[in-house]
Amino acid sequence: MEDDAPVIYGLEFQIHIIDFDDENNIINKNVLLHQAGEIWHISASPADRGVLATCYNRTSDSKVLTCAAVWRMPKELESGTHESPDDSSSAAQTLELLCHLDNTAHSNMACVVWEPMGDGKKIISLADNHILLWDLQESSSQAVLASSASLEGKGQLKFTSGRWSPHHNCTQVATANDTTLRGWDTRSMSQIYCIENAHGQLVRDLDFNPNKQYYLASCGDDCKVKFWDTRNVTEPVKTLEEHSHWVWNVRYNHSHDQLVLTGSSDSRVILSNMVSISSEPFGHLVDDDDISDQEDHRSEEKSKEPLQDNVIATYEEHEDSVYAVDWSSADPWLFASLSYDGRLVINRVPRALKYHILL
Amino acid sequence: MAPGSASSPSPSFPASRPWAAVGAMAAAAAAGPSPGSGPGDSPEGPEGEAPERRRKAHGMLKLYYGLSEGEAAGRPAGPDPLDPTDLNGAHFDPEVYLDKLRRECPLAQLMDSETDMVRQIRALDSDMQTLVYENYNKFISATDTIRKMKNDFRKMEDEMDRLATNMAVITDFSARISATLQDRHERITKLAGVHALLRKLQFLFELPSRLTKCVELGAYGQAVRYQGRAQAVLQQYQHLPSFRAIQDDCQVITARLAQQLRQRFREGGSGAPEQAECVELLLALGEPAEELCEEFLAHARGRLEEELRSLEAELGPSPPAPDVLEFTDHGGSGFVGGLCQVAAAYQELFAAQGPAGAERLAAFARELGSRYFALVERRLAQEAAFLGCLTDVRQALAAPRVAGKEGPGLAELLANVASSILSHIKASLAAVHLFTAKEVSFSNKPYFRGEFCSQGVREGLIVGFIRSMCHTAQSFCDSPGEKGGATPPALLLLLSRLCLDYETATISYILTLTDEQFLVQDQFPVTPVSTLCAEARETARRLLTHYVKVQGLVISQMLRKSVETRDWLSTLEPRNVRAVMKRVVEDTTAIDVQVGLLYEEGVRKAQSSDSSKRTFSVYSSSRQQGRYAPSYTPSAPMDTNLLSNIQKLFSERIDVFSPVEFNKVSVLTGIIKISLKTLLECVRLRTFGRFGLQQVQVDCHFLQLYLWRFVADEELVHLLLDEVVASAALRCPDPVPMEPSVVEVICERG
Repeated sequence: MEDDAPVIYGLEFQIHIIDFDDENNIINKNVLLHQAGEIWHISASPADRGVLATCYNRTSDSKVLTCAAVWRMPKELESGTHESPDDSSSAAQTLELLCHLDNTAHSNMACVVWEPMGDGKKIISLADNHILLWDLQESSSQAVLASSASLEGKGQLKFTSGRWSPHHNCTQVATANDTTLRGWDTRSMSQIYCIENAHGQLVRDLDFNPNKQYYLASCGDDCKVKFWDTRNVTEPVKTLEEHSHWVWNVRYNHSHDQLVLTGSSDSRVILSNMVSISSEPFGHLVDDDDISDQEDHRSEEKSKEPLQDNVIATYEEHEDSVYAVDWSSADPWLFASLSYDGRLVINRVPRALKYHILL
Repeated sequence: MAPGSASSPSPSFPASRPWAAVGAMAAAAAAGPSPGSGPGDSPEGPEGEAPERRRKAHGMLKLYYGLSEGEAAGRPAGPDPLDPTDLNGAHFDPEVYLDKLRRECPLAQLMDSETDMVRQIRALDSDMQTLVYENYNKFISATDTIRKMKNDFRKMEDEMDRLATNMAVITDFSARISATLQDRHERITKLAGVHALLRKLQFLFELPSRLTKCVELGAYGQAVRYQGRAQAVLQQYQHLPSFRAIQDDCQVITARLAQQLRQRFREGGSGAPEQAECVELLLALGEPAEELCEEFLAHARGRLEEELRSLEAELGPSPPAPDVLEFTDHGGSGFVGGLCQVAAAYQELFAAQGPAGAERLAAFARELGSRYFALVERRLAQEAAFLGCLTDVRQALAAPRVAGKEGPGLAELLANVASSILSHIKASLAAVHLFTAKEVSFSNKPYFRGEFCSQGVREGLIVGFIRSMCHTAQSFCDSPGEKGGATPPALLLLLSRLCLDYETATISYILTLTDEQFLVQDQFPVTPVSTLCAEARETARRLLTHYVKVQGLVISQMLRKSVETRDWLSTLEPRNVRAVMKRVVEDTTAIDVQVGLLYEEGVRKAQSSDSSKRTFSVYSSSRQQGRYAPSYTPSAPMDTNLLSNIQKLFSERIDVFSPVEFNKVSVLTGIIKISLKTLLECVRLRTFGRFGLQQVQVDCHFLQLYLWRFVADEELVHLLLDEVVASAALRCPDPVPMEPSVVEVICERG
């Protein structure tokens, strides 16, 4: 039961590790100092729970540089066996730097993404208009630039976000720049699809459906969340328009891909149920052999009417813009959201829906 | 009289004059005493035997003519016929007459009558003589003639006898000849039969070559007829090798013929009648009808599809299609005519196919027909009056912009559009009204009285039009307007106002008009006015909201670019308000004017209306200072958070893209909210140097100075701008704010 969430406070840049004990409803906080600079993006290694990568700003000589680095957490935190509710914030520990994703050539790292299924050796970073694939060697202490590709075009092109597809043997990466979504093949580092004008305004985030290999969700400043089939990119499969301001984050639930979480700067978090385009069979399949009791059967049918695409819940606990939402990797029914004012909110999927999906 | 003429028993002789006189006499005698005859007519005189004889002759004549005495006696005219004293009477008695004369008459009279009598007798005698003389000749010649005839007849009898014998001989001969010729005749008949058979055989043997020739010459009809004639015979005698050979040949040729026919059929260049002929011939050749019918339809489809294509091409992607009437005329003559032809030919050819064939044809016609109708519908859709108006408006909006002149009177344009649409509706109502006119014969049918009025006109035309207008207007919110570039914002505004006007007045007016004109009898459910009004209102609201979004986006983009492209860390100390802020204020003012043309002012919160510019700026800057002063000390980050959180607890949540009201202030508030929120989010993504922060301070103050007057609640602008400055301060590693007084000076200068 572990939830990682970064919180940025003033000039002291910290990483907070928050333990949430589901059974006792207790929250534990451990603070790690990130002395290199303010963190703009963070992602944990899928292979080694103690390793994480950050993008951070470094201010020097009235210039802002955004760099990326791979870090290791102190061992005792990694084990996650801190049962005692002691005040850990008093003893702030420091992250151990593993390596820099060397950025002499490219400044402004926008985002770092780990290979989702691999052994934690491959990592992609997005810098301005470049997409860089790194190989981590010698237990992540050295990063070697394996290959790169860059976006050519008029104007200043700049990647804003990227995701690594868990499908196709982890050979696809999708990126967003301005209003365009692009897919890349990491073997040849060439573009495989391009969705021009995916959103009316800037695309903020995207996510791959974990169960359906061609499905992709994106969100942006036009307050919309769109679902795409990358085989047919002319039209979105589905569009949601529930938020009243920019949508900053969109996340598929890791196991039940009909659950989609979005966070927006209208300070709301919305949990939607996208049954019609999920991997779940759409509509309820009535079992033929279940005809034992007519009455019982009917009542059961009534209660199990097929779910429609709808908004399950809108969470309004935040007072300011919500900039990050994510699902727990441990418990598929748990998610957290973080807003500008530093408030972290952990929520559960409504119980009724959970049973509806499970049963 | 000539004896020659007397010899012939000519019937003309009674017409001759002397005989006529006798006839007249006889007639007169037979008629009894006629008034004209007079008393002197009767023969009187000393010879008493003459009247006696005459009476006898009279009697005989009378007998001959079949006149009985009674009849003669029954005559009404004249004196008493039984009067014995009547000289001409039948019962004349000379004694009585003489007695009477002697007794009654004096001597002189007796003498007179005696002379008279004598004269009469003489005249009669001479007459008699003449007659006898004349008739004597005739009798003689008649006797002669009779005698001659007797002779002739005798001769004739002889000849007749001879003839009879001769005839008998002839008959005998004839019988003998027939007997002798009997067997020959039979042989001839047989030979003739053989001849005919041989000719048929010849035909059969020649059949292959003939067929070939026919095929070569292209006389397919002839060939098929030959084939049809020979078919049965060949079929019957196919066990004979020679016939079999012919049959095989024929089959080969027929196959070729069929192939050629099919070829011709397939080429399809020829018109429908020729194809029909081909099919008919093929059918006669016994080709499978099923397949032919398929093929026939396929061909017809090809042709008709070409028609459809040409129609489609006429429709084209480019809007200036030909006149509707021309289009429908073209379609009617080309496609519908073709389809009818095909259907007629099909039914004629494949009548034997039964219901399955008919079904196939029906399906075929249905499919093509539906495509045709779809085309026509598309064409008609292009005619939509509303779209035409919209195009006009668009042009009107675009034209002056290019010329750079003062914007067109939006209100004027609105009035134009509204009136032109209304006149369109009225015109079409008038056009449809013709259907229900008293003079038209079918207007009395129940359909035109009831369903047509309520469903057709009211629902289909008017309600449909209003719905489609709303729909069209709403479509401007969805598809192309994502970037806001496709639809000019002014158009959105105008349409929104138009829909709102519809909601308030026009819809009910139009519907009342319709109901009056068509006397809708309520038996079908009709859409109530309120539903339509709600729809129109919803459309108006969506359009206006979209307008706000589009305009907000324009300003947001400006602000975002200005924040993102600037290097805030190495900025110089602010001396001026940045140009982009002035631009924002200018644009907002322009929007304010634009919206003001169409929408009412709306309500503001009372407090702002009397706060003057000067006092406001002082108030706000002092407030501003108080707000983010604690956050300057980097050692107390929690305080800032706490403070902002507490402050937020008391302020209401700002719904940025909230629906707007139908008034100017609400619209402007929406636009400003969107713009400032964007500014806030952009600022949060940057890192500011000291002067960068100060520049933001200046810019925000400037905006505060000018934007408050547009919004409903000026508190909102304060709040958002405070938030911007606070965020900038948070994002600044060296936050040293500018003195409020300096800020004011700069702003007033700018």
